[in-house]
Amino acid sequence: MIQAKGIHKQFGALHVLKGVDLDVAERELVFIIGPSGSGKSTMLRCLNRLEVPTSGSVVVDGIDLLDPRTDLNHARQRIGMVFQSFNLYPHMTALGNVTLALRKVAGKSRAEADEIGHAALARVGLAERADHRPGQLSGGQQQRVAIARAIALEPRVMLFDEPTSALDPELVGSVLGVMRALRESGMTMVVVSHEMGFARAAADRVMFMDDGLIVEQGPPAQIFEAPLHARTRGFISQIQRH
Amino acid sequence: MGGWERFTETFLNAKVMARYWPDIVSGLGTTIELAALIVVSGLAAGLALAVLRSFGIRVVNWGIIFVVDLFRALPPLVIIVLIYFGLPSIDVVPSGFVSTWLSLALVLMAFSEEIFWAGITAIPRGQWEAARSTGLGFTQTLAHVILPQALRITIPPLTNRTIAITKGTALGSVVAVTEILGQASSAVSNSYNPSPLTLGAAAYLVLFIPVVVFGRWVERKFR
Ligand SMILES: Nc1ncnc2c1ncn2[C@@H]1O[C@H](COP(=O)(O)OP(=O)(O)O)[C@@H](O)[C@H]1O
Ligand SMILES: [Mg+2]
Repeated sequence: MIQAKGIHKQFGALHVLKGVDLDVAERELVFIIGPSGSGKSTMLRCLNRLEVPTSGSVVVDGIDLLDPRTDLNHARQRIGMVFQSFNLYPHMTALGNVTLALRKVAGKSRAEADEIGHAALARVGLAERADHRPGQLSGGQQQRVAIARAIALEPRVMLFDEPTSALDPELVGSVLGVMRALRESGMTMVVVSHEMGFARAAADRVMFMDDGLIVEQGPPAQIFEAPLHARTRGFISQIQRH
Repeated sequence: MGGWERFTETFLNAKVMARYWPDIVSGLGTTIELAALIVVSGLAAGLALAVLRSFGIRVVNWGIIFVVDLFRALPPLVIIVLIYFGLPSIDVVPSGFVSTWLSLALVLMAFSEEIFWAGITAIPRGQWEAARSTGLGFTQTLAHVILPQALRITIPPLTNRTIAITKGTALGSVVAVTEILGQASSAVSNSYNPSPLTLGAAAYLVLFIPVVVFGRWVERKFR
């Protein structure tokens, strides 16, 4: 579903990604961990071209994202993204957030979009909150609206960038619950997060990134219990102490 | 004649006021017309420039910044006089009304462009990214996500700046615009009595006090 090869990304003199390869099969959930600043967000953002790699290739669902002839706005509908800070539109209701792209990009009528929007909000357990503004919702609810906004477009892939890092601990569970359900529905997912419990239960593969490279990858049990590299071991014991 | 009598005779002369109040009212009409034109065209042009600037085309942005700084630096009266007395030398002969309108609209354009631009850049990058990640294009994101939020935060500074510039319509009296001050000044020279100026000041208060009160309300509401 995703084939990213030899991704390099430089911001001026700063070399953030140093040749990353990422292959994600259909229905697979790949979980990415790594220290802050190791390039996880940048990697994820290359997968929907919010960031343009300095070199390498990115193909998602058969679409070459780096080909200048690619209709990027069309391609992006198939690649949902969820951000650490939710990034909901504060001037719109939850339903408005979910339906904007349905109406403006997917070309649905308002009635159609509202119907799809209500269904998406119901999927994340927020059917009753459709008319609320983001400011009237808890962090967990906001993040679930953000997930609804992405899944309403029926993406083929979902990218999550630390979706629970900005949440109070008691709100994390509701968001992870929605992600579990999404995973069980067969969605292909790439998740950057430090929620080890979720990774153990839901991930097919865990990748450890450090300093712009994938240091090692494997099934969750292997990476968490028997990592091959000292750096991975060090990082995992560090986050388990928290 | 006592001091008070002399004062009323000079500034509140009933006979003079009775004779000239229709002129002042007609001046009020002209001021309102001029002010409305300045506000609509100045803000529209300012918003258009700010939107154009957000496309990030370097040469275009240099031009915008130059024009904006120019009209923010020049005193409005200097611009009015330049247009009114300067343009005829290239065979364009604008009336005093048009010169004043153009000048103040350009000044409002310049100041409002900066305010709109500050509003657009104040919206967090995450809003752009969220919208673009759902497939919205640049202009769609600007129109549906960024501008509605940016406009809201620009309303208080914009209201204040608009009021300040609109009061500059009084400068039109210098180039023979028959707005409030123009009417009052000619009434003064015809009657040899300053009472029409009192009427003129009253007309400005009638016009601008509600606007200032509105501005205060807007500031409180949108802060
Ligand atoms: N737009 C940018 N411009 C310059 N440097 C950036 C930009 N985005 C990220 N970086 C830098 O790239 C490095 C990796 O960042 P990031 O991908 O966010 O790491 P992570 O998500 O693993 O914490 C950091 O040093 C960060 O400061
Ligand atoms: Mg990050």
